[in-house]
Amino acid sequence: MMHTVKLTVNGKEYERQVEPRLLLSDFIRHELGLTGTHVGCEHGVCGACTILFDGQAVRSCLLLAVQAHGHELGTVEGLADSAGHLHPLQMAFWEAHGLQCGFCTPGILMTLIPFMAENPAPNEMEIREALSGNLCRCTGYQHIVDAVRLATATESLTR
Amino acid sequence: MKPAPFDYAAPDSLAEALSLAAAHGSDGKLLAGGQSLIPAMNFRLLQPAILIDLNRITGLGGIERTASGGLRMGAMTRQAQVERDARVAQFAPLLAEAMPQIAHPQIRNRGTIGGSMVHADPAAELPVVAVALDAVFEVASQHGRRRIEAKAFFQSLFMVDVAPDEILAAIEFPAWPTNSGWAFVEVARRRGDYALAGVAAVVTLDGGGKCRHARLVYLNLGDGPVDAQVAAGLLQNESLTPDAIEAAANHAAAHEIDPTGNIHASADFQRHLARVLTRRALTTAAARATHFPS
Repeated sequence: MMHTVKLTVNGKEYERQVEPRLLLSDFIRHELGLTGTHVGCEHGVCGACTILFDGQAVRSCLLLAVQAHGHELGTVEGLADSAGHLHPLQMAFWEAHGLQCGFCTPGILMTLIPFMAENPAPNEMEIREALSGNLCRCTGYQHIVDAVRLATATESLTR
Repeated sequence: MKPAPFDYAAPDSLAEALSLAAAHGSDGKLLAGGQSLIPAMNFRLLQPAILIDLNRITGLGGIERTASGGLRMGAMTRQAQVERDARVAQFAPLLAEAMPQIAHPQIRNRGTIGGSMVHADPAAELPVVAVALDAVFEVASQHGRRRIEAKAFFQSLFMVDVAPDEILAAIEFPAWPTNSGWAFVEVARRRGDYALAGVAAVVTLDGGGKCRHARLVYLNLGDGPVDAQVAAGLLQNESLTPDAIEAAANHAAAHEIDPTGNIHASADFQRHLARVLTRRALTTAAARATHFPS
């Protein structure tokens, strides 16, 4: 049986009919065409599919699309104001070489958005703990941690 | 890596969920946080005919103080909420210490305290804490409610005392005992991985500083939470000296746990970890009992 899913993603409303077994990650990519959310392990280990669900970082591969009915989602496409104007966190990743292949990056960014809202001036241990659920196979994490430090320093300067 | 087809129901009330659970019996599965259930379905280890989603029911989550000074938590309380609640740190500090060791922040944002208890993975932290603190489980069905003590609740590997027509409604932690210290320690290959071994320790001191009561409960070293009562009993009426702690750690590691070994750790290595972790946990718990008497 098909179920109606009506939800908001990055401030825009969508409505689709879905099978219950459709994962939220596949719904976002294939039904909504928002392919910035990546799919890695599909069992909650890699963190590549991390999105915001009512403002909280969650694994979209461990949720069903039907569960998102009536909820508000955020994906990496919602971060930059426009193609030419990146989010400060994205700028920091660029500046600090926080990515190489970029596969893990959307999940890492979406993990960090609520983390930085809650911890505006995190120390390195807190940053590493926040990133513990996101795997990166390129950078060895050091540059990612640097990027977060840069982003948090920049944000506290501009506030 | 995609679930097999199933029907889906998202009831608004516990009564409706109980009626669905009774109608579908073991063909149905309850969906709480889904952080273990959905992966198992993605792998097709589980292929339920129907999922009964508990997430739209109001009133199944939340934390409150009980009249006796303990804490009562609705089964659908998110792990992240338990982790952040100041009352948990104050009135169930062992639970507070275990929370950040459960998987990753993204998992704890969805995962529920009740879901992890009912799943009863031997490598999970929450069942171990429940046994160590003598928590009480309140299970609902269409016939009413019943209360089950933690040590009877966990029956075996992934088995708890909840029938297919029942739903875990709440978990109660008793009031924190005075003059008591605690520690929850585990070893995992990476932060957030399932632990190779872990232990929860609670010690209660008498007025003279000797151990009146101790509790040692192990994670991933048996079919479920392993309550090492003999080792803990060795500490009774003893000062918690390094020698006494060593004797308890050796006994538990040699005789009470039942490690099976896995691809990451042999059974011998798990016994070694149990010994070392018990020493650390009891040392920390003893110091905390001395420094934080109430």
